[in-house]
Parts: sequence; C-alpha cells; structure tokens
Amino acid sequence: MKLAMLGEAWRAMGANRMRTFLTMLGMVIGVGAVVLMMSVGQGAQYSIKQTISAMGSNLFVLLSGSSSTGGVRSGSGGSYTLNVADAEAIAELPGVQAIAPIHPGSAQIVYGPNNWNTSIIGTTPGYLDARSWPVASGNTFTDSDVRSATRVALIGKTAAQNLFGDADPVGQTIRIRQSPFVILGLLSTKGQGMDGRDQDDTIIIPLTTAQRQVFGSQFPGSVRMVMVQTTTQEIMPSVEKSMTELLRQRHRIREGLDDDFSLRNLTAVADSAAEATRVMSLLLGAIASVSLLVGGIGIMNIMLVSVTERTREIGIRMAIGARQRDILLQFLLEAIIISVIGCFIGLLLGIGGALLVELLTGTKVIIALSSVIVAFGVAATVGIFFGYYPARKAAQLDPIEALRYQ
Amino acid sequence: MNDSVIHIEGLHKSYETSAGLFPVLKEVSLHITRGEFVAVMGPSGSGKSTFMNILGCLDHPSAGSYRLDGHDVATLDKDALALLRNRTIGFVFQGFNLLPRMSLQDNVALPLIYCGVERAERHQRARELLVKVGLEKYFDSMPNKISGGQQQRVAIARALINRPSLILADEPTGNLDSHTSTEIMALFESLNREGITIVLVTHELDVAQHAQRQVHFLDGRIVNDHATLHTEASL
Ligand SMILES: Nc1ncnc2c1ncn2[C@@H]1O[C@H](COP(=O)(O)OP(=O)(O)OP(=O)(O)O)[C@@H](O)[C@H]1O
Ligand SMILES: [Mg+2]
Repeated sequence: MKLAMLGEAWRAMGANRMRTFLTMLGMVIGVGAVVLMMSVGQGAQYSIKQTISAMGSNLFVLLSGSSSTGGVRSGSGGSYTLNVADAEAIAELPGVQAIAPIHPGSAQIVYGPNNWNTSIIGTTPGYLDARSWPVASGNTFTDSDVRSATRVALIGKTAAQNLFGDADPVGQTIRIRQSPFVILGLLSTKGQGMDGRDQDDTIIIPLTTAQRQVFGSQFPGSVRMVMVQTTTQEIMPSVEKSMTELLRQRHRIREGLDDDFSLRNLTAVADSAAEATRVMSLLLGAIASVSLLVGGIGIMNIMLVSVTERTREIGIRMAIGARQRDILLQFLLEAIIISVIGCFIGLLLGIGGALLVELLTGTKVIIALSSVIVAFGVAATVGIFFGYYPARKAAQLDPIEALRYQ
Repeated sequence: MNDSVIHIEGLHKSYETSAGLFPVLKEVSLHITRGEFVAVMGPSGSGKSTFMNILGCLDHPSAGSYRLDGHDVATLDKDALALLRNRTIGFVFQGFNLLPRMSLQDNVALPLIYCGVERAERHQRARELLVKVGLEKYFDSMPNKISGGQQQRVAIARALINRPSLILADEPTGNLDSHTSTEIMALFESLNREGITIVLVTHELDVAQHAQRQVHFLDGRIVNDHATLHTEASL
C-alpha cells in the first residue's frame, strides 16, 4: 500500500523531470550550503582551539612601557622598564606558577653553507613550561646555563628543516652572529600562533646569552617582556591585581600616575578569539539555513502548482476510490522524496565543496556527523512542512469539483 | 435476486450560482433492484449527469434519501464513501478519464492501489480484464496511443477491476461512432448477464434498446419509467 503510493509519487516526479530537478536544486543548494558552512565553521573552531592550547594556558604577558605610549617606546629600544628582579619578585606572588623574562629578536643563523633568518627568543627554562612546549629530542637548557650565559640553543622544527634538512640537528653547532652555539634540543611542533606566524620558525637561547652576546643590551638585566603563568584561570584577575600593585610599588609610581608597564591577559584574548570564531560559524550556518528555507518554499510553490495542474487527476483518483489520506500521502511523499534526494545530493556537494576549500585554501574543515544528521533531519522536516499544505489542499478537494476542473 | 441496490426517495439537488439557488433535480424517486439494466434518458440539461454523480457518491443531494446496497449514503463519512466508490461502484465517464502517462495496465489496476492489493496481483487482474474487453495486445500502451473505443474499454475494465455490484455509466458511447458503441453495449450486456447492475445514461434510442428498463428525465423530474419495448428492428 505505502509502497504503491511511493510508486505513484515517483511516477509523478518522473513525468515532469525538469520541474522536479529544479525544485530539487533548491534543496541541493540549501543543504550543500549548510554542510559546507558548518564544516568550515567547525574547522575554524577546531584550529583556534588547537592554537590556544599550543599557546599555553593561564598566561599573562608583561610588557615594558606604558600601554598608551608602549608602541613608541618599544621602538626606541634600551629603555626597558622591566627587569629580571621584577620577574623574580612576581614569581613569589601567590598563584603564580611560572615566569619567563623574554628578550626577543631575530638574526641570521649559519650552519655550514646554509643560512636562515629566524626569530630568536632569549629566555629562561620557565618559558617552555609556561607554553607547555617540550623538546622532541635532546635536552633543554637549565638555570645554570642562564646564570653563566652559555652558548646553547633549542631549535624549532621549521628552522631546523631549513638549516639541516632531514638531518638530526641535536649536538650540531650553528653560528648566530658569528658566535657558535651548540644545539641541545629540537623543539616539538607548535604550529601557527594567534598572530598567524609559524611558531616553529624560531631558536630559543638563554636570556643572558641573548642580552650580553647576541643583541648586546645596554642595560643588562632589563627585559622587554615577561611571561607569567598562573596556577588556574580563575585566579588570573586577582594575580593581575597583585602583580600591578607589586610593580607600581617596585617602580615607585605615585598615586595617579600611569603604569610604566602594560599587562595583557593572553588567555582572555584567546577566549574572545574563540568566541568570535564560534559566533562567525553560527552566523554562517544561519545564512546557509536561509537558503534551505528558500529551497523549502520552492518545494511548496511547485507542489501548489502541481496540485492545481493535477486537479483532474486527483478527481479521477477520488472517483475510483482514493481516500483523502491516499491523496495526502501521495503528494507528501512526492515532496519528501524531492527533499531527501535533494538533501543527499546537497550533502555530497557540501562535503565535496568543504574538501575543496581545504585543498585550495589550506583551512581546516571538519565534516561532523552531527552536521550531516542535522542537514538530513532539516531536509525531511522541510519536505514534510512545506509539502503538507499543498498535499492537504489536494486531499481536501471535492471529488466532483475536481472532476469538473478543466 | 430481488433485493434493492438503489433506493431513492424525494431527491432534490440545487446548485448555488451567482443568481441564487438553481434547482436541477426535483422530487426524484427511483428504485433499482439487483441485476437490472437501466437506461437513463432525457434532453440535454434535464439533470441526468447530476443524478448519476449523486448515484456514484461523487456529489451530495440537497434533500431526500439515497440508500445504496441498504446503506443510507447521507450518514457515511468521506472514507466510507471512498470505499463505496472503490468496491461497490464502477463509474464509466463519457470522457473516459484515464490518467495520461500511465500504461493501460496501470490505469486499469489503479483502484486496487487504494485497497491494498499486491503489485503482482494488481497486474494480473488488470491483464485479465484487458483480455476480457479485447485489448490483450495493449497492456503497456499509453492511453493517448489508442482509439476512443479502446479507451472506453479500458475505462470499463478499470470500473470492473474491484468486481463492483453496480456500474454507472454517463454517456459511455457519447464520443463513439455507432459501430463502436454497439460493441461497447454488447460488453455491458454481457456484464449484466454476469449479474452486475447497470445504470447508463444515453441520448440514443438504439443504445437504450440494450437496457431492460428506460427512465426518462425532463427538467429535473422522472417523467417516464418503463420496460424496453423490443421492436423487430432492434432485435
Ligand atoms: N456545477 C454546476 N453549477 C451550476 N449549475 C450546474 C452545474 N452542473 C450542472 N449545472 C446545471 O444543471 C443542469 C443539469 O445539468 P446536467 O449536466 O445534469 O444535465 P444533463 O442532463 O447531463 O445534460 P447533457 O445531456 O447535456 O449531459 C444544467 O442546466 C446545468 O447548467
Ligand atoms: Mg450529462
């Protein structure tokens, strides 16, 4: 019985292929867009989560110079307001888990005939802890390396690749600004940072070595930035307050005057970036859903035309014994078949499109089962919802009126 | 076989038009027993089709009672009426009313879809009937590829598929030439001999000659109801 009605619906669709195809197209585009948008959105959310967890959790970064004039001052160089003693004092604050003074820069690295310009981070071993960045092979340098300013280095994957190719860099000697450095360890892969830069294109050396031997700071002991990690995320606001108080006290800044440093909560920045991505992918999904809605309205439109056009057929069917529910089922099935097939094709196109996006732009896409299920569910619902009204209209025709219809 | 198939008392039917109620059937009463072959005659506009549509449960009377096979039709809901149209009544239209884009076999089998008969059986029964009406060569033809007489045979086969006890035919030969209509009438006669009650509308006297009884309509009333007088010529 149901099977026979399915056959009738199928026959009607076959009788008007072009129209069926065009109606289906609305569904195809709607579902395709939803799947594509959801995949891209989920991919973006996934990548940002990766980036955030690669950054390390519960992080502050302290910068020399006030936030309002920091941009100008950092350019002048040398006038760093933070120093290693500040960092050591902060380390004693409750809730602080790790600190790492940082002296960043960049330099030309030479190994044999190869040379490569990369970023240099002068810091302490605490940096690797704060950023949860272990070495993949070899060892890290220690506090005693920092104390005695030894010429040792940790190398990131990308820098190593460019200098050593596939060879093992651990134990090799490179030259940074003419000075030889022994590579102690190869860092594990970090990927892209929040700013989009490749974090693996780097070399990490002891802070003192950077200051005294590589970049030759005018004021040894002062640093441009300090990374601070707290024990938990909840404690960050209170640590922020005590850190500010401590530094103002240490720097003897009187009430009412501006700080001579600025404090950034990296975790909060990361969270808002993640939130922005989430909102963006929701928005994309919403826009795509509109096209699904339009597809549904297209189905309703065609079904209404079809009911009018087939009024006589409906009359004949009723005259030979079709009940209202038989007619209803026939037209409803037609709408559902169109939307389900359209949905299936749309699904394939959406997935194909998502893979193509990944291939062409390199952005990560994630085709989640949930988005597939949602798309299918929505398509079936749209089919029933928009198919029901025309089908009911057909079923409620009066047999004799329908038969008289010309 | 003297039980009542159609029992109509004081039937009225008016159409609502822009100019007000327009009465078409006035105080019609008719009694038809099982196995009868009745010809309904009358001038154009006398209300024959209106009457047949009511008999076929396609339209509702404005007043009066209609009992079909002992059931008071007025008390039946839409599903029950559909069931009557499906099982009890076989309706043959003047314009054939076959579904285009559907093979003859599928057209004939269509009523069976609505009473849950399996596909294989549907096809088998449709073929048997197409053979019976002499269309064994056209199972898979399309309705627009055969002649009017053949289309009317298909329509009759469709009306017969659920073994109805009553066949209603509104000018089944109206669109056919006299030779073809004689063939169609022979078909009705043989069905009637099998025990099926037949009510048939016609304008033509020689078509009406095939029936046992003639009912004449004039201006919405039955003015004459008599047994067919068989003349030499018609035999
Ligand atoms: N749907 C309708 N609305 C209004 N008036 C109608 C309708 N159908 C039929 N009529 C009128 O009812 C009257 C009877 O029509 P009916 O079709 O029953 O006549 P008939 O006897 O079958 O005629 P014919 O022999 O030409 O087929 C006619 O005057 C017609 O105009
Ligand atoms: Mg008529």
